[in-house]
Amino acid sequence: MPFVPNTDAERAEMLRAVGASSVEELFSDIPEHLHIKGLDLPDGISEIEALNEVDSLAERNVQTKKMDWFLGAGAYYDYIPAAVPALAGRGEFLTAYTPYQPEVSQGTLQAIFEYQSMAAKLLGMSVVNASHYDGATALAEAVLMAWKARDGRNRILLPRELHPEYAQVIETYCTSFDIEFVRYGGAPENAPIDDKTAAIVIAYPNFSGEIYPVKKAADRAHEAGALCIVQADPLMCALMKSPGEQGADIVTAEGQSLGNPLNFGGPYLGIMGTTDALVRRMPGRIVGETKDKNGKRGFVLTLSTREQHIRREKAVSNICSNQGLSMLQTCIYLATLGKQGLREIARQSYDKAHYAAELIGGIPGYSVRSSQFFREFLVETPRAAAQIVRALGQRGIVPGFALSRYYPDRRNELLICVTEMNTRTQIERLAAALREASR
Amino acid sequence: MNTMNMRDEPLVYELSRVGRTGCSLPKSDVPEYQVPGDLVREELDLPELDELTVVRHFTRLSQKNFSIDTEFYPLGSCTMKYNPKVNEVAASNPGWKNLHPLVGDEYAQGALELIWRLQEGLREVGGFAAASLQPAAGAHGEFSGVLMIRAALRERGDRARKKMLIPDSAHGTNPASCTMAGFVTQTVPSGQDGNIDMAALRAALDETVAGIMITNPNTLGLFERNIEEICRLVHEAGGYVYGDGANMNALTGVFRPGSSGVDVMHFNLHKTFSTPHGGGGPGAGMVAANETLASYLPGPIAVRHKSGYTLEMPPKSIGRMKAFYGNFGVLVRAYSYLLMTGANGLRRVAENAVLNANYLKSLVEGVYPVPYKRNCMHEFVAKGTVAAGVHTLDIAKRLIDYGFHPPTIYFPLIVQEALMIEPTETESKDTLDLYADALKRIAGEAASQPELLHDAPHGAPVGRLDEVMAARCPILCYRG
Repeated sequence: MPFVPNTDAERAEMLRAVGASSVEELFSDIPEHLHIKGLDLPDGISEIEALNEVDSLAERNVQTKKMDWFLGAGAYYDYIPAAVPALAGRGEFLTAYTPYQPEVSQGTLQAIFEYQSMAAKLLGMSVVNASHYDGATALAEAVLMAWKARDGRNRILLPRELHPEYAQVIETYCTSFDIEFVRYGGAPENAPIDDKTAAIVIAYPNFSGEIYPVKKAADRAHEAGALCIVQADPLMCALMKSPGEQGADIVTAEGQSLGNPLNFGGPYLGIMGTTDALVRRMPGRIVGETKDKNGKRGFVLTLSTREQHIRREKAVSNICSNQGLSMLQTCIYLATLGKQGLREIARQSYDKAHYAAELIGGIPGYSVRSSQFFREFLVETPRAAAQIVRALGQRGIVPGFALSRYYPDRRNELLICVTEMNTRTQIERLAAALREASR
Repeated sequence: MNTMNMRDEPLVYELSRVGRTGCSLPKSDVPEYQVPGDLVREELDLPELDELTVVRHFTRLSQKNFSIDTEFYPLGSCTMKYNPKVNEVAASNPGWKNLHPLVGDEYAQGALELIWRLQEGLREVGGFAAASLQPAAGAHGEFSGVLMIRAALRERGDRARKKMLIPDSAHGTNPASCTMAGFVTQTVPSGQDGNIDMAALRAALDETVAGIMITNPNTLGLFERNIEEICRLVHEAGGYVYGDGANMNALTGVFRPGSSGVDVMHFNLHKTFSTPHGGGGPGAGMVAANETLASYLPGPIAVRHKSGYTLEMPPKSIGRMKAFYGNFGVLVRAYSYLLMTGANGLRRVAENAVLNANYLKSLVEGVYPVPYKRNCMHEFVAKGTVAAGVHTLDIAKRLIDYGFHPPTIYFPLIVQEALMIEPTETESKDTLDLYADALKRIAGEAASQPELLHDAPHGAPVGRLDEVMAARCPILCYRG
């Protein structure tokens, strides 16, 4: 049996020490008739066999690297520098527990503090917590946080063009509470903010790639006594104004594209940041700097009286496990790329997406619907986008996301994403293939 | 202990030098486009480091951690078992790592089959009708489960049932999850034997009861002997039974919670199924249910057809718990572990986890009082009352000097000065002997040189930290 070191002789010796005649005796508290004979599963196999089995399943998936890849829609195929997994995969990080014993967890704690600092500065907030399960759950928790912070106000404004899966997660999270969701279209500053509104959510950019500046809507929300929540693309914030400098009270983001692989949707990184005024209402673990008894700098989990292990049913959230390793990957990613590298990736993504939009916009039958965008834009297609996706897939091109998957009536809309991974040749091949597909 | 890195390590911002970078990118091969003026970002305060500095920095930080790979880590209810290296290799296949969640079912048949196989395997281990791998953590699974109970009650027209019963030994996530699902909680006390007090349970069961959340074995490491009776009473009162699977490591292949009357339950794959804790996460919190509640499971879940696998929402699903399909990378690791252990291995896991805990208990209970005189399951709770003026916290910190991670302390809340010890099946008798020796020597020091304990740890990168100052004047972000 792998992973169990004790030999039969050792087990016999241990049973003697315990004073039991058999291992079964140790399970005597379980009523006799509830003991099972065995599980209806195959017996265990060797490492070689198990790896063969798992690898053979993996080989039945598309090999992303062999395709020209233009699909984003909330998950991004970005480059991850070799140093990131090499360092984050070290056993001392990988196999440590939540740093409740700070003296022997300074590695994890300092890395979280560094992540909090870099993420906060990127988003323009004063504090970022030690992560949520993903961008969608971070946003859902932000909605609950804002609703609780604005007593007596039950309305939350959501953009119509919010990632549909994010909207579904918000619905699940808020189902037990008396919250009214109002969807608004277009620029957030024109949304119907009133004295019943607890918060407005702004997608920056929205699901279709469109960017609306945050400032005016944030000001209007504050005038009306409401909070401003921004769901941001964190890479975009390296090039464009951060939500914080435009007045956001809570910012959430999906951190996957900052150093975490696609992994079929998880584990990803839910980023949440807020202002000093709201920090004690924020869910999730937070690391703070302090000193030891000799005056030496050290780090600890702090403001724990918000959390479930202290406050139980009165906690601000039930969250316990976070996305520690994903957060560490992002921390190392940001440190490796640094100011220049991150700007360069954002810059190249922006330029390549705009080059692609220019080419595709010039093909008869196609029109680019996004006016201001970062690396993802919406294209109206001459025939069903799902058909185009299927046709190009056979030629080794994944041209984007057909909106009909979420919205059956939006048949001719294709969301195209271009990242630093795409070359000019790939972009031109995409444009040529789209031209052919229109015929 | 002397393997730890004792040197001060500056923050990334303190190591930063203007003009450095740790990466090389291809030159852009497209024209440059103007960013709209009102959107341009001026300042970006990120550090600037070369790659070697980054590598040394994070390597040195890692050396300031205790971890399973370096030390025995017997945290009660956390199941810090060995995380097999093969899991990491299995999960690093580019066919998983680079797989986009929206690529379409036909391009992801391998992933859907893995999800389906793992759903089926875990469902079988728990004795349930169906499983969903959506939840990203144990608490996320709890939240799913209580939302399922809520949905089932509402469908019955039972909107007035708002009371969820929670034993006093439960994890804090249980009551917190109930609050998020709109329930109010009522605590049920434990009796003399460490199990739920049956008289108190009966008294609490009225027409407002939505259900009960039970951890079995409970956090005292004791099996709830009346589990069938508890489920029967709760069902008769019109409620549902939620099973918290945090301690499933004691039971795999021996007992199936679904057979005892539990309606819905989560497993922590990062505990029982050996995936790494990663300094706090990511975990995975599969939730499974019997026939009564299966149609409410969160989705989508994988479904097998003759033509292949698809992702579908269960008919009355509570909805999505997160974007996409759970912490998939964690699921690959858990599946690799399930393959290697199998039916026979899972039983051996439970047997050895329980034997190790009872053996360690037998070594230390003469010195550290154990309040419940029963065989324990995978963990036991002892009291740190070994000398006047010495507390459990002091014992925990002194263990660090002996090169051991402290157990869970001051939990469960119902045992004074609690030390909650879970050795897991992956530790050898030799390690348990050394740990017991250290605990006994510390008990001796507590009487003869208590200052050794009060000032501990002596050999860690930092001494005891001022947590009050950290909370009172929070510094949560680098201010350079």
